[in-house]
Amino acid sequence: MKKDIILAGVGGQGILSIATVLGYIAVKKELNLKQSEVHGMSQRGGDVSSHLRISDKTIASDLIPKGKADMIISVEPLESLRYLPWLSADGWIIVNETPFKNVPNYPDVDKIHELIKSQPQHILLDAENLAKKAGTIRSANMVILGASSPFLSFEDELYEEAMNAIFGKKGEAIVQKNIKAFYSGKEIASQSILQ
Amino acid sequence: MQKLLLLGDEAIAQGAIDAGLSGIYAYPGTPSTEILEYVERNQEAKQKGVKYQWAANEKTAVEMAMGMSYAGKRSMACMKHVGLNVAADPFMNSTITGANGGFIVVVADDPSMHSSQNEQDSRFYGKFAMMPIFEPSSQQEAYDLVHYAYNLSEKYSIPVMFRITTRLAHSRAGVMRRKTKDQNEFKLPANLRQYVLLPSFARQRYSELLEKQDDLEKESVSSGVNQYHDAADKSLGIIACGLAYNYLLENFEDQVVPHPVLKLSQYPVPTKLVKTLYDECDEILVLEDGYPLVEELLKGLLDHGKKVKGRLDGTIPRQGELNSNIVAQSLNIDEKFGSEIPGIMVNRPPSFCPGCSHIDSYVALNEALTGYSEGRIMSDIGCYTLAALPPFQTINSCVDMGASITMAKGLADAGEVPAVAVIGDSTFTHSGITGLLDAVNDNSPITVLILDNETTGMTGGQPSAALGKIEKICMGVGVEEDHIRVLTPLKKYHEENVKAIKEELEYKGVSVIIPRRECIQTIGSKLKAKAAQKEAENKTSVESHIN
Repeated sequence: MKKDIILAGVGGQGILSIATVLGYIAVKKELNLKQSEVHGMSQRGGDVSSHLRISDKTIASDLIPKGKADMIISVEPLESLRYLPWLSADGWIIVNETPFKNVPNYPDVDKIHELIKSQPQHILLDAENLAKKAGTIRSANMVILGASSPFLSFEDELYEEAMNAIFGKKGEAIVQKNIKAFYSGKEIASQSILQ
Repeated sequence: MQKLLLLGDEAIAQGAIDAGLSGIYAYPGTPSTEILEYVERNQEAKQKGVKYQWAANEKTAVEMAMGMSYAGKRSMACMKHVGLNVAADPFMNSTITGANGGFIVVVADDPSMHSSQNEQDSRFYGKFAMMPIFEPSSQQEAYDLVHYAYNLSEKYSIPVMFRITTRLAHSRAGVMRRKTKDQNEFKLPANLRQYVLLPSFARQRYSELLEKQDDLEKESVSSGVNQYHDAADKSLGIIACGLAYNYLLENFEDQVVPHPVLKLSQYPVPTKLVKTLYDECDEILVLEDGYPLVEELLKGLLDHGKKVKGRLDGTIPRQGELNSNIVAQSLNIDEKFGSEIPGIMVNRPPSFCPGCSHIDSYVALNEALTGYSEGRIMSDIGCYTLAALPPFQTINSCVDMGASITMAKGLADAGEVPAVAVIGDSTFTHSGITGLLDAVNDNSPITVLILDNETTGMTGGQPSAALGKIEKICMGVGVEEDHIRVLTPLKKYHEENVKAIKEELEYKGVSVIIPRRECIQTIGSKLKAKAAQKEAENKTSVESHIN
């Protein structure tokens, strides 16, 4: 088993929480993991990414080589395109459609959506709307995580356990909202794959 | 035992705690900050009474760690690469004094300048000071090497450098802990003049340092940290330093390299191992993150001998961080990349957080400066440096910690009056105070804005050494009380803030303006912590009702 995942977004959008959940699961399953993060200046509204590598074999590089990523998981549409050179020929991109516009020259959103849809294997979803339905817009990142779950074949119980461990100190209500958000993302992705 | 999922920075901290650390000192700086932060929140470190402190700057950090080592205790000082420039004085002398308790200086370099003003390679400093250097290639190795490095430091009575880069510092992986060691007993040096670097003593200490070098190199050959992996295809031999080893392995099925490889993670450079590789192979490729240190040594000035490939001959780009794709290219390995980044892509530079006090400070400063020519604002290192980017594009320098005040003084000396300095609270106490004293002693017509957000903001909100002290420091240095103005950078005070800044710009001596409002990020974290605490209390009360 080997999964190389690029997590993408804008500083403050919670991509590290996605990484933390997957990291928790990897440790539980005694898989090897390497996960590079962006700290420092870019966290102030700049573009951020995290390379997450999970494998049952020893992992060499902390960074995923270009052309080798199995998946790009992005909580922001424009940011998903920034990492296309890393995506392997049969890789998936899983993207939240809502733009985060903090630059004056942000490109046309329809054009961005078109480019995402032109990728052979993509899932484009309205994570924020689904998160809102689950109880809090802040769990959009867990919707996206849910949408990536059919490609990772980890047990649902492990995701729930991880979210309990990670969000537990924020209270049971928050945990439940995140779990609900996760399943709503998972459902959308499962339907897309069937189509 | 379950593995811990740790950043490279955290693996070093956990390694130090487990190896009997007694005291750790640091000034925050990306990518080194998380080392002390880990000790700060670690329960075991708390139980063991490990001393930690955010120092005023890197120099004071190294000196405090030196004092701890003098007392026979294991100590650590941590900084980013440019911090070592600040700490260079004690650092260079620390190999002459030697160590008593094990002493590790961790320096985190930032090739590709993700969060820095240069990409200097700290290994040159280690070599310069004749200090052994460790350059771990993984989080586990970083953890393990801390134990060995402390032993080596005590065995040879010498401080040891840990050189890591951003990629390891900020990458997480599973780390298996080993048996922990108790802290050292308090024990002064056998020779109580060991740290007295009077010339007559220093000459003696220096000759001892020179004598140690052969043994230190033998350790580099035999410790097992540097590994020689032989292989059949001797058309090429590869030296891979630190993380470069991983980027090399990444390119081969099952991580088996067909060429002989010297994995280098301990310095001084083990000449014997390098010679074997050189003698046995037709050409040598040197892979190192940072400057071409090993490559230059191998090539020598005249470059007579076998072909040595690396950053100097263009096989590897001269600047920037390494990765496995660059290594693949240097080995002529064919790769298939994904599709190119679409043409519509735009950059997304970092920006001030919404609600940041610096925004209001700059809006007021820019308005107050209307009527003056451009090019007179010297700035410094911190979040407020973002004013170099749109929409402000207002500052004219960002060089090193504290340089805003002294450069403004020089600018005023050259006739540009008023000259303005913009510096943060933590940067001011780091290296700004002495410069302010220079300006006061010359009654220089400069206006210094100390943007006080009551924290070290850019690195994530560590405590600021300046908290609650700025006015008193300025008065103590000799700034006139009438020309120390405290403002509240909020929209509703905009007019009066502009007026105050204008008045001070007209004053022909040193003025200090202190726009003071807490960092929006630290306010946010405090609110979150409060909410979590409330949640925990609710939970307890519900549980007690149930029970």
